[in-house]
Amino acid sequence: MAIFKDGNTNSSDRSAWDRKRHRQLVEESIKKNLGDIIAEESIIGQSKDKKIKIPIRGIKEYQFIYGKNAGGTGSGEGQEAKGQVIGKANGQPGQQPGQGQAGNNPGEDVYETEITIEELTSYLFDDLQLPDMERKKFAQIESERKFKRSSFQRKGIPPHLNKKRTLAEKIKRQKMAQRDKCDSEENESPERIPFHENDLRYCRIKEDTRRHSNAVVICIMDTSGSMDQTKKYLARSFYFLLYQFVRWKYEHVEVAFIAHTTTAQEVNEQEFFHRGETGGTYISSGYEKALEIIEQRYNPAIWNIYIFHCSDGDNWGEDNAKAVALVNQLCTISNLFGYGEITTSSMYGSSISKEYEKQIHLDNFIMVMMGDKTDIWPAFKKILDTESGGNS
Amino acid sequence: MAAYSLDELEYWNDKIEKLVWDAGLDCYEQHFEICSYEDMLCYEAYVGMPSHYPHWSFGKAYERQKTFYKYNLVGLPYEMVINSDPCIAYLMRDNTLLIHILTMAHVYGHNDFFKNNRLFKRDTRANLEMEMFKAHANRVREYIQDPSIGPDKVERILDAAHGLKFQTCRHGERKKISEEEEGTVPERLKDDLLAFLAEKGKLAEWERDLIHIVREETMYFIPQLETKIMNEGWASYWHYQFLNQLELPQGLHLEFLQRHHLVIRPHQGQINPYFLGFKMFEYLDQQPGGREKIMAIRSEDRDQSFIRRYLNQELCEKLHLFSYGIQGDDIVVTEVSNEEGWKTVRDNLANAVGLGSIPIIRPVGVENGTLLLEHVCDQRELELNYAQETVKYVVDLWGGKVDLRVKIDNNPKIISCSEGKIVNIHD
Repeated sequence: MAIFKDGNTNSSDRSAWDRKRHRQLVEESIKKNLGDIIAEESIIGQSKDKKIKIPIRGIKEYQFIYGKNAGGTGSGEGQEAKGQVIGKANGQPGQQPGQGQAGNNPGEDVYETEITIEELTSYLFDDLQLPDMERKKFAQIESERKFKRSSFQRKGIPPHLNKKRTLAEKIKRQKMAQRDKCDSEENESPERIPFHENDLRYCRIKEDTRRHSNAVVICIMDTSGSMDQTKKYLARSFYFLLYQFVRWKYEHVEVAFIAHTTTAQEVNEQEFFHRGETGGTYISSGYEKALEIIEQRYNPAIWNIYIFHCSDGDNWGEDNAKAVALVNQLCTISNLFGYGEITTSSMYGSSISKEYEKQIHLDNFIMVMMGDKTDIWPAFKKILDTESGGNS
Repeated sequence: MAAYSLDELEYWNDKIEKLVWDAGLDCYEQHFEICSYEDMLCYEAYVGMPSHYPHWSFGKAYERQKTFYKYNLVGLPYEMVINSDPCIAYLMRDNTLLIHILTMAHVYGHNDFFKNNRLFKRDTRANLEMEMFKAHANRVREYIQDPSIGPDKVERILDAAHGLKFQTCRHGERKKISEEEEGTVPERLKDDLLAFLAEKGKLAEWERDLIHIVREETMYFIPQLETKIMNEGWASYWHYQFLNQLELPQGLHLEFLQRHHLVIRPHQGQINPYFLGFKMFEYLDQQPGGREKIMAIRSEDRDQSFIRRYLNQELCEKLHLFSYGIQGDDIVVTEVSNEEGWKTVRDNLANAVGLGSIPIIRPVGVENGTLLLEHVCDQRELELNYAQETVKYVVDLWGGKVDLRVKIDNNPKIISCSEGKIVNIHD
C-alpha cells in the first residue's frame, strides 16, 4: 500500500542560496564585460532609458559536446525525402531539428540580458567604489521646497485637520467617560458623544528644503582635419563615460559642447560628434571659448565645472604657450580638467602633451592617452583616481 | 486542497496497485508526496533530491525553469520519480484528479523499471541513494564552512568537476588491477578521466572528495540517461494499460485520452522518448512472445541495444523516422526509413541515444607534466568553443598543462591549454 504524504507547504526556500550565487555571477559577468560594452558605438549618445543587450559570458556550463557536423535523427510526417532541406542550421529556434536537443546546440545556453544605460552606469561606478567627491559649498542654485507632515498639534487651520487622530482622541475621551460612569454608578448613558474642541488634532507641517548640486560638463573637441572618424569615435566613447559619470554624481548636469579648429564654436551634440572640418589647430581657441561660456553662464562659485578636451595633440607650435596658460587658468576655476590625447596614428613630434607634462603640475589636471578602444576604460579610471584623490 | 481529496487519491491508487500486481510488475514500496508548484520547481532543479549539495548551477536551473514556466514555454512535469527504495514520487497539488491518476499509474511503471532493469540493479543501490545524497550535501557544506577552504574554492572544483562529469566510466564501476608504469594511464582509469584526475591531479584531499561526490552522482544518473526511451516508454505503456482498465467515469476518461496523446505525441524533427518508447513497447506487445518478451526486454536492455534489436523496418516506417545532417547552413535529410535507408536511420539513432550523445575524452599519457587527452572520434567532431573552455576545467583539476587531441574538419589537431589557461590550437 502506497503512502501519501502531504508535503510541508511552508518549507524553507532551499534554492535561495544557489539562486543568489547565480545572480552574483551574472552581475560579475556583466561587470567583466563592461569594458567591451562601453566601447560599443551603439550606446553612445543614447538616452538613459535605452535598453542594450549584454551577452553574458562565464555563466555557461561548459562540457565536451558534439559540434554541428553531428547530425541527428527525428520523427517526421512521412513526407521527408532524401536531400530535402528542412531548416537552417542557425535558423529560428523551435521547430527545426537540432534546435531542441539539449546540449547539442551551443547557442542554446547563450543568453543575453537587457539593461538600461542607467543601470549600466551604476554598475560601472559601483564597481569603482569611489569616495564621495567634494562638492561646491552652497552649490545649490535651485532648491525645492517641500512640505512634510510631522507629528501633531492642538492648534491649526482646518485644512491640516487630522481626522484619524482626532477620532482617536474622541474615543479615548468617550471610554474615559464611560469608566467614570461605572465608578459613580450612574446609569444614564448618553446616546451620542459629540466631538469636542479638545479632541481636534492638526498636522504639524515642516518645511523641507532640498539642496541641489549642479555640475556642468564642458566637452571640447579638436575637429581639425587630422581628427578622423576613428579618433572622433574614441573621443565620443570617452565623453560618454565622463558625462554619465558626472550625471551620476550630480542631480543637475548641463553639458556644453565646443568644437574647435583654429577658431572655436559652441555646437550641439549632433554637430559635435559628426561634423568634420579641415584646417589647422589652435587648441587655445577652444579654451578661450570655454572661459567665455563659464563667465557667461556658469559661475564657478556655484557650479561644479568639469572640462574635458580630446585632441590628437597636433597643435600648431606658436599656440602652445597660450594653451598652457589657459589650462592653468581653467584649472583654477574647475573641479577637474581632463585632457585626452588620441594617438591612433604615428605620433607627431610637436605633441602638446609634452608641453602639458612639463609645465602643468596641478592636482586637478589629468592627462590620458588613448590608442584604441580598449584604452578608454583605463583612461577613465585614471581620471577618476585624480578626481577622488584631489580632495583628500 | 484542490478539487480532489486525499481519500480519492488513495481510492484510485488502490485500484491501480491491484492492476500493477495482476500485471506482474515488481515494484518497490511507493511513496507519494504532494507538493506545491514551487517545491516542484525546486525538486526539478535539484534533480529530484530532497537534499542535495549547493551549487549555483541549480539556482540557474531553478530560475530558468521558473521563467519558462512563467511565460508558458513549458509545463511542469506531471511526475518526478526518484530511483530509491522506497520509491518516492512527487505529485503537484494544483493538478487535476485525472492527472494524479495518470501520474500514479505512470510512476508504477518507472518504479518497476528501476527495480528490474539490469543497469539500475548493477550500478545503483536504491536503498542507500537518499542517504548518499544527504551525506554528499553534508560534506560539501562542511567544506564550504571550513574557514581554511570556503565557498570560492569549493565552487572552483565543483565548476570543473561538473564540466567533466560525464567523462567517467560509462558502464558501471569495474575493478581492474593492473601494472602501473610511470607516464602511462593505468588500465582501470583509461576510460575514466574524472577518476584519473581525482587520483593523479595536484589536489588536496577535500578536492579529491568533491570530484568523487560529483562522480558518484553521475554514476547514479547514468542508468537513467542510458534508458530514457525505454523507461519513459515502459511507464507510458503501463499507464495506458492501467487507465484503460480502471473504468474511469467518462469525463475523466476523455481527459485521460487527451493527456495521454499530449505526452506521447511525436515532436516534429526530434525524438520524443515517450513517443518512441511507447510505440515500440506497444508494437512488441503485439508480437510473438508478447507480454513475457517485453518484461524480459525491460530487464535486459538499454536504449542503444533496445533500438538496435527491436526497431525494425516496419516501426521505422510507421514512425516516419529520418536522419539529418548539416550541409553548409542547411539542415538536410540524409536518410529516410525505406527499404535501403532504414538500417542507417536506426543505427544513427542507436549511436546517438543516452551517453552516445556525449563525446568521449580519454586520458592517454603524461609527458613532462603535461596531461595528454584524446577525443575518441567517430564521424562527429567536438564543438570547439565548448572544448576550449572545458579543457580549462581539466587544467584546474590536473594542475598543469593539458593537450587534447581532436579532429577539426577531419584533420588531426591539438588543443593546448597552459597552466595559465591560455588556449591555442595547433597541428
